[in-house]
Amino acid sequence: MSTVQNTAETKTVGSPPSGLSEFWFYFSRNKGAVIGLFVFLIILFVAVFAPFVAPHNPSAQNRELLLMPTIFQEGGSWGHILGTDAVGRDILSRLIYGARFSLFIGLVVVTLSVVSGVLIGLVAGYFRGKVDTFIMRIMDIILAFPSLLLALVLVAVLGPGLVNAMIAISLVNQPHFVRLTRAAVMTEKSKDYVVGSKVAGAGTMRLMFLTILPNCLAPLIVQATLAFSAAILDAAALGFLGMGAQPPTPEWGTMLAEAREFIQRAWWVVTFPGLAILITVLAINLMGDGLRDALDPKLKRS
Amino acid sequence: MKKLTTLLAATAVVSLMSTAAWSKTFVYCSEASPEGFDPGLYTGGQTFDAAAHTVYNRLVEFKRGTTELEPALAESWEISADGKEYTFKLRKGVKFQTTEYFTPSRELNADDVIFSFERQYKADNPWNKYVPGASWEYFAGMGLPDVIDKIEKVDDLTVKITLKRPEAPLLANLGMPFISIVSKEYADKLQADGKMELMNQQPLGTGPFTFVAYQPDAAIRYKANPDYWGGAQKIDDLVFAITTDAAVRAQKLKAGECHLMSYPNAADVAELKADPNLHVSEQAGLNVAYLAYNTLVPPFDKVEVRKALNMAVNRQAIVDAVFQGAATVAKNPIPPTMWSYNDAVEDDKYDPDAAKKMLEDAGVKDLKMKIWAMPVARPYMLNARRAAELMQADLAKIGVTAEIVSYEWAEYLKLSSAKDRDGAAILGWTGDNGDPDNFLDTLLGCDAVGGNNRAQWCNKEFDDLMTKAKETSDVAERTKLYEEAQIIFKREAPWNTLDHSLAVVPMSKKVSGFVQSPLGDFVFDGVDIAE
Amino acid sequence: MLRFIFGRLAVLIPTFIGVSLIAFSFIRLLPGDPVMLMSGERVMSPERHTELMHQLGLDRPMYVQYFDYLGGLVTGDFGSSIVTKRPVLDDFLQLFPATLELALCAIIVAVLLGIPAGVLAAVKRGTWLDQSIMGVALIGYSMPIFWWGLLLIIFFSGYLGWTPVSGRISLMYFFPQVTGFMLIDSLISGQAGAFKSAVTYLILPTIVLATIPLAVIARQTRSAMLEVLGEDYVRTARAKGLSPFRVIGVHALRNAMIPVITTIGLQVGVLLAGAILTETIFSWPGIGKWMVDSVFKRDYAVVQGGLMLIAAVIMIVNLVVDLLYGWINPRIRH
Repeated sequence: MSTVQNTAETKTVGSPPSGLSEFWFYFSRNKGAVIGLFVFLIILFVAVFAPFVAPHNPSAQNRELLLMPTIFQEGGSWGHILGTDAVGRDILSRLIYGARFSLFIGLVVVTLSVVSGVLIGLVAGYFRGKVDTFIMRIMDIILAFPSLLLALVLVAVLGPGLVNAMIAISLVNQPHFVRLTRAAVMTEKSKDYVVGSKVAGAGTMRLMFLTILPNCLAPLIVQATLAFSAAILDAAALGFLGMGAQPPTPEWGTMLAEAREFIQRAWWVVTFPGLAILITVLAINLMGDGLRDALDPKLKRS
Repeated sequence: MKKLTTLLAATAVVSLMSTAAWSKTFVYCSEASPEGFDPGLYTGGQTFDAAAHTVYNRLVEFKRGTTELEPALAESWEISADGKEYTFKLRKGVKFQTTEYFTPSRELNADDVIFSFERQYKADNPWNKYVPGASWEYFAGMGLPDVIDKIEKVDDLTVKITLKRPEAPLLANLGMPFISIVSKEYADKLQADGKMELMNQQPLGTGPFTFVAYQPDAAIRYKANPDYWGGAQKIDDLVFAITTDAAVRAQKLKAGECHLMSYPNAADVAELKADPNLHVSEQAGLNVAYLAYNTLVPPFDKVEVRKALNMAVNRQAIVDAVFQGAATVAKNPIPPTMWSYNDAVEDDKYDPDAAKKMLEDAGVKDLKMKIWAMPVARPYMLNARRAAELMQADLAKIGVTAEIVSYEWAEYLKLSSAKDRDGAAILGWTGDNGDPDNFLDTLLGCDAVGGNNRAQWCNKEFDDLMTKAKETSDVAERTKLYEEAQIIFKREAPWNTLDHSLAVVPMSKKVSGFVQSPLGDFVFDGVDIAE
Repeated sequence: MLRFIFGRLAVLIPTFIGVSLIAFSFIRLLPGDPVMLMSGERVMSPERHTELMHQLGLDRPMYVQYFDYLGGLVTGDFGSSIVTKRPVLDDFLQLFPATLELALCAIIVAVLLGIPAGVLAAVKRGTWLDQSIMGVALIGYSMPIFWWGLLLIIFFSGYLGWTPVSGRISLMYFFPQVTGFMLIDSLISGQAGAFKSAVTYLILPTIVLATIPLAVIARQTRSAMLEVLGEDYVRTARAKGLSPFRVIGVHALRNAMIPVITTIGLQVGVLLAGAILTETIFSWPGIGKWMVDSVFKRDYAVVQGGLMLIAAVIMIVNLVVDLLYGWINPRIRH
């Protein structure tokens, strides 16, 4: 979602983190962030070791047990703690495998949009002039569409599917990184240390990547965390609209879309995938807040 | 739920007092917005329900609840001995509707009928292209431009249609919504005013309901036509509440926000049946879903291979998982409600062991195949993906590896027609007019190879029967021919016949006079609601 | 000020041309063939297919189609739907008020609840109140709203039966559209109960759509307030012995509002994106649902025209926010 950039952007550019211990000191002062990190690590663990953690094969259909209720209701059993779906697949196992998809989506989208966004932003901020105007105009054009709508149409063009959904979400996310990097580069460029190394004869590449970039990292890291959770939400929304991962992939949004027809009869098929999305996104956002506190010197002072 | 109903009732009473004449309003929760209001231009069932069955009539119509034809705007008709001349005698004194936007000065006559036909195929008719991109899809799709030679006025109330060749299914075609009779007088006025596009926005016909207003994606409003030739309606107003989500439609019905709904989710049917205020009407739909092998590509060109694959799939399981029982396993390519359905045909038994052996005997090992699953829900197949997953699991048991592929819907339709298609495709058909020809020849005839014949199956024996049946208008004779065709079909197994879905119409117990149409239409002529 | 406005407008035009180019080329790349869709299962002969492609002008070279389209845009012709054959602009104008009404209600709710919540959290910084407000805000911010909508429907409409399931107003009421806003039209109509009905239909969609902006505004207000509360003049005001209410309400809040207004302006895009999901869930007849339906129906012309019109709306709103900002805070004009 495009809200994310302003929280980070209005903050001024951070100084380089001075050591891991200082970072952890500030990060751990934020209890929410620690809880978020903890939950995130659990989700990560579950995702990585899904084949060992999941009680069933996520695509195994038990045709005798269609839409079986959860353990908390009458008719539930320990065999399927969170019940089964319309073709008798274990919901818990599907959720566990779904964590893989969501984290993978987040990772790929953030990597794609950060790499491309930072590169383009560096070029724009460093060279300025016509290149800058041209790049920023294109970013304006992308930002003129609501991100989800643009992603939806893009996926429709590319063909529904997980890979295309990731590409589309990266594309609509990337202008935020371009703007952020560009702004940071412009501020840093006039600072003494940059001018100094330029005078000392450092090449353009060296200046861009080794001198300026490391000093712009703090806001980028914060933004990347927010983009990570936004990507998970957007991918789930696309899946929900039938344009993301395609069934029978146990992606959470797709599971919700498939479950929609049972909204009256089997609330658990609808409830748990959404809850999984919420918990994951919340954990990441909590971490993001902690990261901002730890990396943003201005907030540290107050 | 109760609170809402009381609230609604309360607001209803209040509005009763505020408007002078309280009226009896029937609310139908429909599944989609109509594409427009000129039935000739479109193919969607929701459009036909919203325009053809409310505002318009046809020369002949289907008797309610059947696929038999009965006189409508044509009182009677005669077919010449050679089957090429159809003479229709029009009903006398049929009035067109009087609305806020048009007051007719004359009654229905032959000019209206001729105009209604000619605008759909004569390129020089000013109405042939009256909206941008106008095309008369059904008229062309049913092959009428190639069949109709000319249409003439004999006198004010007599019309003669001359055909290029005998075509037994013609009469059934004329009962279909696309050939609704419009008013030439109204058309002339719109043309004179330069507002031809209004024909598609403010329809005017002879039907039981008069169009009042359309609120896009929300509602369509009608009122009863007091001049209707078929007699007065028991309700005053008819409202289509457009609700695209089936679960939401079901909730609205339960909450009393509508009296009748179309296409419930299979998953909701049990709960709707359990509701004491609701009545759920069920009827076998006029449709079939099938898995079409590509009979031109080895090893699927071998009958034994196709038979073996048919036997390996547990179709009952598909019906249970996809329809939760609201469908029956199909054995013939035509549904059991259709005349000439051959119940003597023996179905392929589900028998994985025999199937495996049969495949081995045919010399096929480690078979890898693709199953094409449609990306959309259709009445005959609510979830092709789910069905394909089940087939995949079944085929794995006899050592066949199946890969599920899907394309975007338009692509799917196009690619699945290709003669060199790789894989077996799930698709289906909903009957247009209740004539067996509309299934058998359309889907399995040699002419349809590379088109509607997704099995690419051309069998001389079968095709000859089709041609013969078209040339005779004697129903008993045709029945015999079609029964024989079904035996050939089963022997050759170009398809695995999957299911015929049950059409389920949930409605409030207050509703009376609604008859489910085997053609899947929603017709509200003659419905009533108890106070 | 005028120069500022013209400067902004000059930037808009190339952006708009870019938008049109993107909208146009996207749609040409869509894999579906609109003509095939028209016939469904019923296969069309190749001749008929060619004829229809020609009729719709889809067989011409791309650049001809584009300039033709651009020419149409200048005269306000956004093309006609392939499915319904109705002009895209007509449909947009008819459906847009529904989206606007929903979005306005959502933003009003978000502002009325978000700003006080943010101020309260800032003033009570570090207390359990601050933590719980911010906790709830973070949950709202992380909410998959399509799921949230479903949950609300299950509970309030299904289980409790308090709210209607979908639509804009009970079908009992029918009156002419004057403004397109159901709340206003229902009042004008004079039909008793109509307004109340319209309100009950609005509640759930408004809650769902307001969720994320509410959370963002609350968080933004809190941090803006914290910053302002630390400034010298606020300390001075406090030291002068002004009542805390006056300090917070008049001095601090006014200055904290500048970044908050920008945030609210930025929520327009979020709201329109949210409207896509909210309208789909509640069958709300607005442009979000219209776009989703059109994407699925492969209605080339509508997707293309709709993208253009929505982008235009966002650009205009952003321009207005910019101008407003420049007006509040004259420094950035230069």
